[in-house]
Amino acid sequence: MIRLDNVTKIYARGAKPALDTVSVDIARGDFVFLVGSSGSGKSTFLKLILREERPTTGDVYVAGRHLNKLSSWRVPHLRREIGAVFQDFRLLPNKTVYQNVAFALEVIGKSRSQVRATVPEMLDLVGLAGKEKRLPHELSGGEQQRVAIARAFVNHPPILLCDEPTGNLDPGTSIGIMRLLDRINRTGTTVLMATHDDEIVDQMRKRVIELRGGELVRDQDRGVYGLERV
Amino acid sequence: MRLRFITGEVFNGLRRNLTMALSVVLVTFVSLTFVGAAALIQMQLGQLKDDWYGKVEVSIFLCPENSRYEQCAVGAVTVDQENQIRAVLEDGPVASIVDTIYYESREAAYENFVKHDQQGISQLLTPEQMQPSFRVKLKDPEQFQVVADATARLPGVEVVQDQREIFSQLFTFLNAATLVAAALAAIMLLAAMLLITTTIRLSALSRRRETTIMRMVGSSRSLIQMPFMLEGAVAATLGAGLAIAGLWAGVRYLVADWLSSSVTWVTYVGESDVWTVAPWLLMIAVLLATVSSVVTLGKYTRA
Repeated sequence: MIRLDNVTKIYARGAKPALDTVSVDIARGDFVFLVGSSGSGKSTFLKLILREERPTTGDVYVAGRHLNKLSSWRVPHLRREIGAVFQDFRLLPNKTVYQNVAFALEVIGKSRSQVRATVPEMLDLVGLAGKEKRLPHELSGGEQQRVAIARAFVNHPPILLCDEPTGNLDPGTSIGIMRLLDRINRTGTTVLMATHDDEIVDQMRKRVIELRGGELVRDQDRGVYGLERV
Repeated sequence: MRLRFITGEVFNGLRRNLTMALSVVLVTFVSLTFVGAAALIQMQLGQLKDDWYGKVEVSIFLCPENSRYEQCAVGAVTVDQENQIRAVLEDGPVASIVDTIYYESREAAYENFVKHDQQGISQLLTPEQMQPSFRVKLKDPEQFQVVADATARLPGVEVVQDQREIFSQLFTFLNAATLVAAALAAIMLLAAMLLITTTIRLSALSRRRETTIMRMVGSSRSLIQMPFMLEGAVAATLGAGLAIAGLWAGVRYLVADWLSSSVTWVTYVGESDVWTVAPWLLMIAVLLATVSSVVTLGKYTRA
């Protein structure tokens, strides 16, 4: 589903590579944690998959597409196959919960009837039924992140990218979010989650990919956050 | 859905940036009014030339009694001299460019004068004080100098006058007015373009959150950019509409009602001329907005 072949990314000429000959293969339906300290290359990894950046050398394949050869007008189609969730939620403050989720469908040209059918179902899935008319600032952090997940998943993309989705949440709330992501993963969706949250990684016991200084230092099934704790 | 989405976004964008949108409307209004005014002045000029060049003639004035001119010192023109001049015009080298020749006798000149005289000066004159002349119409009015050269030195000719000279100053003035209007229009158009650019940039920045999300969920670039482009286009088109209305009002009330009743001997541009200019103004407005948005948007809503 996602494959990086000897990928190196250098932002400025002569600078240290943000990613250094990284090769990773993520199969359909995998749940993968991407761990590493700030500056280890996690963000670059995600940006390459979203094709916000292109690799300096090496090849990137996502959802059957060779991103190196993908023309820029096809990029929107790639992004429809990837749901993205961020640490800062990125909700539209002047739109209600329902409108925020519907927005993602409207702007890719879905019909009104499709929107009406899908959005309530999705809000039900993330546990926000009954809060459709709330505005983001009337919700707790966890609830806001659920809206963001609903928005990312409303189009049923085969891939869900999460960049520190629990970074702004307390541990109890984080567990709820992880349960939700796990549930989405069980529908066959590939989930790739970049995180600093060692407790969550340790609890979930999923595949762990660790980056350090741009290099892949670990790719381990049923892994934990820190190597020293294995 | 998309159409509803785009119109909603355009409306929201205009409402959120109301002052900027208004300034775009006003600047395009003023600039396009100048563009339109320049065009109308040129049209008026064309009309005047058509009207007058068709009417004007080369006048070969013949020597009267007591002429102030040296070449008439010998006295009034004789019948022989008149025939000679006529022969030059009808059979000489200039015959090919001469269209019609009309001889105006002293009496005819006097009657003509009386007919057009509104102030009663004609009562002080007698036919004998008038001057006979040949009125020559040319096939091409620009060929005046050739005719003048061929006839000016013939005996009995006092002076050869091209009536176009009377109008040339007026034409020069109108041409200068066109230039001034066009120059102002160019400056204002530049200002309009910069303002539209700034407006679109502000609008794009203020909606960065939306556009980021739109990019993220995979909406096409055209859908992301369309509302901004349309915003500029709508504002500019409104400005063009105002300019057209302004020009129409100007022609209707200033030219048709006031000017044409106080200076009656001219055919003026009319409302139909405004409608000829109008589509061009609209086109300039849309072009202006499109160019500005393409220049701006590439940077702010890239995929």
